[in-house]
Amino acid sequence: MEVARFWRTTGQRYQLTGEICPNCGNKIFPPRDVCPTCEHEAKTAYTFSGKGEVYSYSTIHAAPEGFEKYVPYTVALVRLQEGPLITAQLTDVDTHEVKVGMPVEMVTRVLREDGERGMLVYGYKFRPAVASPR
Amino acid sequence: MALMKPVRPVGIVGYGAYVPRYRLASNEIGDLWTDGNAITPVKQKSVPGLDEDVATMSIEAARNAMHRSSGVAADKLGTVWVGSESHPYAVKPTSTIVAEALGATPHTLAADWQFACKAGTEALQAAIGFVGSGMSEYALAIGMDAAQGRPGDALEYTAGAGGAAYLVGPAEGAIAEFEGSVSYVTDTPDFWRRQNERFPEHGGRFTGEPAYFHHITSAARELLEQTHLQPADFTYVVFHQPNAKFPLKVGEDLGFRRSQIEPGLLVNEIGNTYAGSSMIGLTAVLDIAAPGDRILLVSFGSGAGSDAFAIRMKKTVDHHGTPTTSDYVKRSVMINYATYSRFKENYKLN
Repeated sequence: MEVARFWRTTGQRYQLTGEICPNCGNKIFPPRDVCPTCEHEAKTAYTFSGKGEVYSYSTIHAAPEGFEKYVPYTVALVRLQEGPLITAQLTDVDTHEVKVGMPVEMVTRVLREDGERGMLVYGYKFRPAVASPR
Repeated sequence: MALMKPVRPVGIVGYGAYVPRYRLASNEIGDLWTDGNAITPVKQKSVPGLDEDVATMSIEAARNAMHRSSGVAADKLGTVWVGSESHPYAVKPTSTIVAEALGATPHTLAADWQFACKAGTEALQAAIGFVGSGMSEYALAIGMDAAQGRPGDALEYTAGAGGAAYLVGPAEGAIAEFEGSVSYVTDTPDFWRRQNERFPEHGGRFTGEPAYFHHITSAARELLEQTHLQPADFTYVVFHQPNAKFPLKVGEDLGFRRSQIEPGLLVNEIGNTYAGSSMIGLTAVLDIAAPGDRILLVSFGSGAGSDAFAIRMKKTVDHHGTPTTSDYVKRSVMINYATYSRFKENYKLN
């Protein structure tokens, strides 16, 4: 990932910041400045709670370049509480423990590194919740 | 000059712990390098996952601290300070990554601190000054490490990962108030890591008497004298925890009972989390302390120095669903030495 692209997307990757449509109230992730539902301009930032559940998943055994050290790992479609469906790597979970409907929460982790001399790329992953609310 | 006290009263407004979920038992290390003959200094230690480092662990601890603060907005943070000896980059601040993830940028003083195992408490000392002088309403101070130990070395048994974040703010409405603090340093070369070296070196037995014990007892005694307090005035005491033996011994030397030390003693479960060690011992105590309880916190960092703090609980903590220190300590998955080596990236994949 080149430095400029990395820098432009830190908000969405570190904090799960998307947008909210001022017209229909739709919550949007990733941010795209136009509401995919009503096509109204939508530039108001909205930070998601990070809570959601696994909608579907797949376990990766043959990883693309830069992700080899993590195999086997699970990539999931996560349905956020606020609505959007996003793709993310799961972490802090064994591949056989993952289930459809499993509650997960967002954490910021290392996504990959650009070799030994390159930068570290941080971003969102999801994991089973650590504590139940008390 | 000894006792430090800010112009306006300052307290802990929020706090958060973090420990990775993996644990390596000491006997895994002892079996490999000593044929099972090692006298192990702890039961087990915490190990970071492949996608964890001081930045990611600091972010989670800091988010927990913000959650417990009952609504302090991230853009009110005057500082985002991360104390560690294992910052992910040699040049490029960890603190800007953490500040960005919290939403505290751009008007904040982000900085990385370094003083071996007391990098976290020196950030805490400075945060008290920053808020106490009125330079900002809130300051965030983090102590976090993913410690390195050379394979087979005595440090490999204890070099753990984790730490804690403290949101420092006005004492009014705070969880706990700082009653006074002391810092005590000398040039004592008991442990170091040279530039570009992967593992630290240490002075063996020299790390005990002239380093750990001298600095902690000197700082603690000075604080007790200046505040006119006795060991019996404290419900809890937390010392830096490089192994299970040292904190109990230094506590005994100072006149504290085991029952005052043990609630904040986590080293047997998570190992020595270096800059996070005494900081996370304190979060364990804050989780259970009652209003009126007094807590003594004394860190130690090689090189060498100690910071000592007298802290008074003001109210029972409302966790707002945030994981407690015990939630993280109990969330443990045991791994073997082969998996540990993999997580330490000791195997060459290409």
